[in-house]
Amino acid sequence: MNFVYERMLGGKNGAKGIIILALLILVILPLTLDLFRLNLVGKYLTYAFAAVSLVLLWGYGGILSLGQGIFFGLGGYCMAMFLKLEASDPIATKIQSTPGIPDFMDWNQLTELPWFWEPFNSFGLTILAVLVIPTLFALIIGFSMFKRRVGGVYFAIITQIIALILTVLIVGQQGYTGGINGITDLKTIHGWDIRDDSSKYILYFINAFLLFGVIFLSRFILTSKFGRLLLAMKDKEDRVRFSGYDVSNFKIFIFCVSAMISAIGGAMFTLQVGFMSPSFVGIVPSIEMVIFAAVGGRMSLIGVVYGTLLVSFGKTIFSETFPELWLFLMGALFIAVVMFFPNGIAGVWEKYNKKVFGFIAGVPLINKIVSFISGIPFIAKAKAKALVNKKTTPKLETPNE
Amino acid sequence: MSNTDFALAIEDLTVSFDGFKAVDDLNLYVDKDELRVVIGPNGAGKTTLLDLICGKTKSTSGSIKFKNTELTKLSEHEIVHAGVGRKFQTPSIYENLSVYENLEVSYPKGRGVLGSLMFVLTDEIDARIKEIANDVFLGDFLEMESALLSHGQKQWLEIGMLLIQDPELLMLDEPVAGMSVNEREQTAELLNRICTGRSVLVIEHDMDFVAKIAHKVTVLHQGKILAEGDMQTVQNDPDVIEVYLGH
Repeated sequence: MNFVYERMLGGKNGAKGIIILALLILVILPLTLDLFRLNLVGKYLTYAFAAVSLVLLWGYGGILSLGQGIFFGLGGYCMAMFLKLEASDPIATKIQSTPGIPDFMDWNQLTELPWFWEPFNSFGLTILAVLVIPTLFALIIGFSMFKRRVGGVYFAIITQIIALILTVLIVGQQGYTGGINGITDLKTIHGWDIRDDSSKYILYFINAFLLFGVIFLSRFILTSKFGRLLLAMKDKEDRVRFSGYDVSNFKIFIFCVSAMISAIGGAMFTLQVGFMSPSFVGIVPSIEMVIFAAVGGRMSLIGVVYGTLLVSFGKTIFSETFPELWLFLMGALFIAVVMFFPNGIAGVWEKYNKKVFGFIAGVPLINKIVSFISGIPFIAKAKAKALVNKKTTPKLETPNE
Repeated sequence: MSNTDFALAIEDLTVSFDGFKAVDDLNLYVDKDELRVVIGPNGAGKTTLLDLICGKTKSTSGSIKFKNTELTKLSEHEIVHAGVGRKFQTPSIYENLSVYENLEVSYPKGRGVLGSLMFVLTDEIDARIKEIANDVFLGDFLEMESALLSHGQKQWLEIGMLLIQDPELLMLDEPVAGMSVNEREQTAELLNRICTGRSVLVIEHDMDFVAKIAHKVTVLHQGKILAEGDMQTVQNDPDVIEVYLGH
């Protein structure tokens, strides 16, 4: 249990952050928002997967990828292909010249299903594809770049170009991919209608739980020696290399993990929004993901979730009223964060949370909840242990010379 | 090339950068338990020599054998696994980690991706980290963020990060640069203490410091060996006086 507390929740502060976030996402938002707005939050939370993946890759690993949309999109497209095939049964498509294939294939004079669509008849294989295909793609990119020691700004540019190439490819091959419109009119999984009100609630909660699962997994990675090696590599890559580590393997691994996390977000996006298109693959969405991470705080797994929600809400509100202005505002926001709050919302929170908590702790009800939670046996045990650890660690002394 | 009894045997080593030979047909042998100091004027090829041994620079020709293992064909991390540790000229430590974490990250266990994910900090490793920290005079600074250490302490920390790997060949590039007189004395004592059971190769300019630690001194000049022997011999060598020590 102590392992779970320290390594997955991230100790006292991490657990506090997780509980507050869980309250917000699992209780407060579903109770206060209407379904339309909640579905919107669900969509934003799928971007949070990409933002979390950037904490691992960029915040800790120091590897800026401007192409997380590649993996978000691949995951989303895999899911969309399955849903599209189920929506294109011969009865529903009987007016086509070739019934039983997706409508956009028929419009493009395709007469049979391309071979690479076949596996997506199976839901099991689709889930596997969502996880494996983006990861394999990241493995290929990562292997060919990191083994040659391509890094820094070159890596960022190359990932951005790959995102662009992928968009062009998807738009160009519309007979196979649905082109610029993407894959639309998605309806059911094994007969379960994903457009129902109840399904939307269920999908929202599945998405939320997956997001927490991903945060726990990331926390586990970051609190291991691997996490400290990532920080070490970001600072002095040569020192790590000459301490006996094959640096490229570590970078490839974290790139693959971040790809897989983004892909899960993409798949959940398709399920909740009901379509997938190239506009979620290319350069703009990829850079937006970086902005989510930067605003939320690229060193904070929890912070980036807030960053994603805030920026996305801002985008929705402002782009409705001032569509022309929004991009400039977003750019200004990014510059402001980089210049004044390099650790984003999480950094500001860290600075001021004591004051806020001091105030909140004065409220009697909150006091009771806190004492109840610290009364739960394993948390109490871990707390006691943490106290002992604190006592045994040597105190800092000023240098004597 | 034949095998030798030396810990480190460098034979006919040459590296050429666009025709400029930074190290030129060099032969150098270091024994076990020996502390060798390499001196020489700027551009003599001292740092390049260490770069060649640890794999940072690939040689043009020649051989570097460590305990009869050819190093020139190994990659950097494999050379470390073979038992070679190297300190850089400017202290290379992880400033965003604490002293303790710096040593933990350098501990030679969990060196693969999976190994590092599953790495468990045992009492044994904890004890070893503290022991090394005491060895390099940083026992009281374990929890300090290493960016806050003084320049000299950073040098010690990097030496500690190498010692925790228990290398059989330890290479130190200007270990006392930027140190106070006191710190220099402590470092000399440290180096004399750690050179048993391994070979140590030091690059240094400070001749007083060299006199305190060197078993044998090699003088490099324009990529070649100008003189070699104990401190006394080298200091009185007319060629060395001419190109390096001055009159």
